[in-house]
Amino acid sequence: MGHAHHGEDIALQVLPKDTAKIRTIWITTAILAGLTAVEFILAFAMSAGTMKTLWFVLLTFAKTFYIVGEFMHLKYEVKTLIWCIVLPTMFIMWFILAMLMEGDSIHLLREWVLTWAR
Amino acid sequence: MASASANVDKKTLWGGGYEPLKASYGKLMMWFFLLSDALSFSGLLVTYGFSRFSHPTFDFAAGKEFFFSVGHWPVPELVFTHIPFFHVNAPLVFVGIMTFILILSSVTMVLAVEAGHRNDKNDVVKWMLWTILGGIAFLSCQAWEWTIFITGTPEGLTLADGTVLKGASLAANEYGPVLFADLFFFITGFHGTHVLSGVIINIIVTYNAAIGTYHRVGHYEMVEKVGLYWHFVDLVWVFVFTFFYLV
Repeated sequence: MGHAHHGEDIALQVLPKDTAKIRTIWITTAILAGLTAVEFILAFAMSAGTMKTLWFVLLTFAKTFYIVGEFMHLKYEVKTLIWCIVLPTMFIMWFILAMLMEGDSIHLLREWVLTWAR
Repeated sequence: MASASANVDKKTLWGGGYEPLKASYGKLMMWFFLLSDALSFSGLLVTYGFSRFSHPTFDFAAGKEFFFSVGHWPVPELVFTHIPFFHVNAPLVFVGIMTFILILSSVTMVLAVEAGHRNDKNDVVKWMLWTILGGIAFLSCQAWEWTIFITGTPEGLTLADGTVLKGASLAANEYGPVLFADLFFFITGFHGTHVLSGVIINIIVTYNAAIGTYHRVGHYEMVEKVGLYWHFVDLVWVFVFTFFYLV
């Protein structure tokens, strides 16, 4: 039952191009290129600071959404699979926040020790 | 009834039933591998953030011109300012080109996956070859970037005790604290290793597609799986670009 499996028997039919899908791919490409161009311009147009960093983070997340959602097709998977991938990344958010605060605190302590030593 | 189908009974592929998340075993495992790989890269990038935050930064408010010193964290866009063959001061342009190359190779990869859904062997091979070319172009750019960074500036950096630091290595760095160079080598190196392995896997898959392996198997799912890996590598570069070069 079902073991008469000779690969050569299968004649795969070449299907016509899915033009709608290919269009979405190129639109996504244009969006990704556009967002990168905006980041590039912001790098020179804005002076360093929290606002600039915030813009970069937002634009990076937007690019992530398009790469993971469209290119990696996650948007079209079942909800459970989406959450299986997205939820654990919440731990990364916590990790980033905790370590940046820790780094800042170490910086302050170092400065404090240096001032105190003088 | 089963004899009518050339496929294996799909329930036997999964002990627990037919594709619980409506994704095949291979694709699902690729997703979970990528999630764990994302944690590895996060570890590296968070280490960068941690090191940067724990080091003194240059005080622009004092109205001074930025200078390189081992005492403060450098402004990355002032470190990476070269373009091959052009003797100009062009911050971020080369790394911007690298980003575009990787995004374009990601696009050719989706087109290969789309061709795979249509069982179009010739299109799969064509787009896979473009993707491989993009990967090799990116790796070449990275080799150039590393060479410039390791060689350093002609003047180097003279320390207070008279020692001159030239270029960057794991032990010394003329652009700033040693950690900056260490993390540059580790983060872009770990990413570059991923790109290299991606290129090798892409070559194998292209070869298999060309000799008709997937045609005989009956589907081009392998192209989708390496596609997931390749897009992930592209995604990591998006993060490296932002958090190493831009911020």
